[in-house]
Amino acid sequence: MSGKEGTGGFRKRKHDHFPHGYRREEKDSTNSSSVILAFRSFQQELDTRHDKYERLVKLSRDITIESKRTIFLLHRITSAPNGEEILTESETKLDIVRQKIKQVAQELMGEDMYQYHRAISPGLQEYVEAVSFQYFIKTRSLISIEEINRQLIFTEEYKDEETKVSSDCLDKQHHTWILKVSPVDYLLGVADLTGELMRMCINSVGNGDIDTPFELSQFLRQIYDGFSYIGNTGPYEVSKKLYTLKQSLAKVENACYTLKVRGSEIPKHMLADVFASKTEIIDPEDGLS
Amino acid sequence: MSVSEMFITLQGVLTADQDIREEIRKVVQTLEQTAREILTVLQGVHQGSGFQDIPKKCLKAREHFCTVKTQLASLKIKFPADQYYRFHEHWRFVLQRLVFLAAFVVYLETETLVTREAVTEILGIEADRERGFHLDIEDYLSGVLTLASELSRLAVNSVTAGDYSRPLRISAFINELDSGFRLLNLKNDSLRKRYDGLKYDVKKIEEVVYDLSIRGLNKEATGGAGGKK
Repeated sequence: MSGKEGTGGFRKRKHDHFPHGYRREEKDSTNSSSVILAFRSFQQELDTRHDKYERLVKLSRDITIESKRTIFLLHRITSAPNGEEILTESETKLDIVRQKIKQVAQELMGEDMYQYHRAISPGLQEYVEAVSFQYFIKTRSLISIEEINRQLIFTEEYKDEETKVSSDCLDKQHHTWILKVSPVDYLLGVADLTGELMRMCINSVGNGDIDTPFELSQFLRQIYDGFSYIGNTGPYEVSKKLYTLKQSLAKVENACYTLKVRGSEIPKHMLADVFASKTEIIDPEDGLS
Repeated sequence: MSVSEMFITLQGVLTADQDIREEIRKVVQTLEQTAREILTVLQGVHQGSGFQDIPKKCLKAREHFCTVKTQLASLKIKFPADQYYRFHEHWRFVLQRLVFLAAFVVYLETETLVTREAVTEILGIEADRERGFHLDIEDYLSGVLTLASELSRLAVNSVTAGDYSRPLRISAFINELDSGFRLLNLKNDSLRKRYDGLKYDVKKIEEVVYDLSIRGLNKEATGGAGGKK
């Protein structure tokens, strides 16, 4: 384009016309001028920050993946007779996740957690979902944020060889890293949990379990009430989840309704067929979460 | 603890959070007001007559910065010191603007780039994170980029006002800034987007310098330096 050519030509000519001495002098000084020196240190600072951010994003991804796997594992509990075994397995899986979270805590040592919050928030939410799901299966109640945070305190002792140096600093050898799940992350994780509970409800109906759905609908209603109580006090993401939560609750309530109405007339082994059509409708939506 | 109790506690936490944000918003509003006043004072330099009393305008702007200091001091106590980045978004914009204004004042006074430490001093805040309310590096750089576009405008207007030497000095300054920013590895974020605009400012000033050079107007401005050609 002529415009581009014009610019190029203009550049060249500009060089010719620019006072030479002036130009040269400026060039020499740029290599070590205070501005350049300052920007060198900015470069370093920004690079360190970005690297840390990337490492945290990677950790967060790993946490998400491993948490999702734990949730899938826990879903098998409805059909499997060996419930205890699955629970122990999920516990080891969650321990692996916690090791990752420990690395996050180490990265964030001495930093403002909220500076890197965006990097780790998805992973933490998924972890809350997994851990609260497991807790629900074990105790049929909702895990509190304090309980979650209690599990995220990591203490580690240095090897003995190092502690031998002096017994006075034994206290210092105990390193503690703490990561606190923020209330909003907790809420969002719990909101995701309801989707899992809804799936669990439908699955258990499919297995001819008549009691669990009612228990679940009771529990979901409590959570829904809780979220309605918070309403729009919370951030935007929380109110967005409220809509999905309502849908999950409706599905579970409908399932209970169907069980009540038709449960008496349909033989148990055929219940699975009644809900088979329902799960098909629900599953694709669920895959989104 | 029952589910409803848990949610009641959480609701309390969220409400407290909202209250803090409300307080912050109020202070930020007054800060924005002061920033606008400083900008109005400094905009005077673009007027033909404004070139004469630049020092006076700078002094006046510096007076306003005292107000900024007290306002920032009251912002500091609105939230826990270790949660700076939690509420960062609320004052990010105004802080960038204040950095720009401080950098502009310092440029007009000394024709140098204000250091990060000097900005924090002007604004009455801390230089690094450990010591409390500080200036984030990205905000500082954003402010400096705003300065670049303001200076490209100043270059044009100073020619109109008959000051032919200023564009040359601005050109040298902006070129240095440009090579400084070239050293940074920016991520694809808002800072990068603003940095992408810097080349247009550089181009604009080069055009002004070119116009002056081709007409020999810079020779009389820089004296012997241009005579070599």
